[in-house]
Amino acid sequence: MTTNTRPVAQRIRVRPRNKANLIIQATLIGLLLLTLYHLATFDSRGISPIEGIAKTLESFRTLFFEPRLKNVSLGEMLYALSITVAMGLLTTIFGALIAFFLALGAARNLAPRWLNNLITGGTAFIRAVPTVLWVLFFAVAAGLGSVAAVVGMTFHSVGYLIKAYAESFEELDAGVLEALRASGASWWQTIFQAVVPTSASALLSWTFVRFEINFSTAIAMGAVAGAGGIGFDMFMASTFYLDLRELGAFTYAVLIFAIALEWFATRLKGGLGARV
Amino acid sequence: MQHDIFRQRRNQRLIFFGVLIALTYGSMVLTAFDPVAGLAAIPRAFIWGASSFIPDEAAMRRLPRILQRLQETVLVSISSATVASALGLVVAVLGANTTRPHPWFSIPTRAIASIFRNVDVSVWALVLLFSFGQSGYTGFFALFFVTFGFIVRVMIETIDEVGTEPVEALRASGASYMATISQSVIPACLPQLISWVLYMIETNIRSATLIGILTGTGIGFAFDLYFKSFNYGAAGLVVFVIVITVLLIEALSNTIRRSIL
Repeated sequence: MTTNTRPVAQRIRVRPRNKANLIIQATLIGLLLLTLYHLATFDSRGISPIEGIAKTLESFRTLFFEPRLKNVSLGEMLYALSITVAMGLLTTIFGALIAFFLALGAARNLAPRWLNNLITGGTAFIRAVPTVLWVLFFAVAAGLGSVAAVVGMTFHSVGYLIKAYAESFEELDAGVLEALRASGASWWQTIFQAVVPTSASALLSWTFVRFEINFSTAIAMGAVAGAGGIGFDMFMASTFYLDLRELGAFTYAVLIFAIALEWFATRLKGGLGARV
Repeated sequence: MQHDIFRQRRNQRLIFFGVLIALTYGSMVLTAFDPVAGLAAIPRAFIWGASSFIPDEAAMRRLPRILQRLQETVLVSISSATVASALGLVVAVLGANTTRPHPWFSIPTRAIASIFRNVDVSVWALVLLFSFGQSGYTGFFALFFVTFGFIVRVMIETIDEVGTEPVEALRASGASYMATISQSVIPACLPQLISWVLYMIETNIRSATLIGILTGTGIGFAFDLYFKSFNYGAAGLVVFVIVITVLLIEALSNTIRRSIL
């Protein structure tokens, strides 16, 4: 991505190595000091950590070994799960479609530099705002609910996928582009005959990775931003019914789905040989 | 012959887009998403945001409080990521094929890591609310769990990728287990580990904002408070401060990554 300016041949072995080691040590010490400072000034609100950890272990036992449903039926739980999955799917599809076209403008080998910088700068901003804030921002215009959640989550997905797609496009062999251009292919022909077929597997992997993220985000948005689905049921079980055992049943539902997704994503990456 | 290839391609494309449209439509029905309302919300939100999300004088007076909240969030993101990575590295060494002390260690470590990372951070927060209530620990441990699960997974992969040959060489020369780990595996994996820790810190700041809304801590709480009391100027300032922080941390970690990898 960046070209390292290398010093004179003899120095290659010694200098950069030392500098890298120095930075590794400095980073480790910095992280350690910040961690110690944080643990020393912890906002515990009068809760003892030892007691809390003991209670957490007790919670885990209830959560994982005594799950059962009470306020919702199995069918209702699966329906809620399907809403959450659908929300993840919808935001991924919308995000992928929009991101694909914008990423063409963000790739350095496909579009002029000013357009690259404009799109890259815009996406950096979009990604820096946490998804939940996007959702709450749109909730003012659309009201709390699925519309705000889908639009907000799509925004963040677009920001993420543009970066991922553009990097995949940039890996394309420059010779291929040159050959197509020399033979008089139009810009769109170059895109659909060379760029898309070459990077298809990478695009698919990235999109699937984003689907995994959007599925988790959809749970969180249900809990925090009124987006419905299983996240909302979990929020109710935790803060309203104070029912750990029901929360356990929901946790199993999302855990099984997430593990299945991860397994599938690993297979997808292995099968297509894409690098993520 | 050629004709067939083109037809086959077209059919594949038709099936692909057909499935995609069906999935989209099904998802819209399930989530009750109204595309017209969705499209209309975007310009309306931005017009509204441009008029009321601009921090005013009153909001600027809250800046010290906001920065204090921000510091809380940044620190919890860093400390949870650091502690989880240290522990994650140890567990990854126990679980990786190259360095595990016994083949039996492999499956339990992978299973535990899988559970920790596949349950969303918001769900962990909802579980931890039972034992830690609305204290800083809830956010700390929720971020800790997810980071731990993630680090164990990527470090097992890294150790198996970079560690096999050095470990064999050191074993052949008669080095003890601890010496092999501390002299070969950990130094070889350290740059990768730091790169992942920095990545998790970036992710944690965004997640911590979300958890803050649930547990009433940090910058998420500040945003929620101002947003729900219609103090949009101050809420806008919170967003602004988060964006600056995330971009700064991203820039810093990119600089570090470039020099160590």
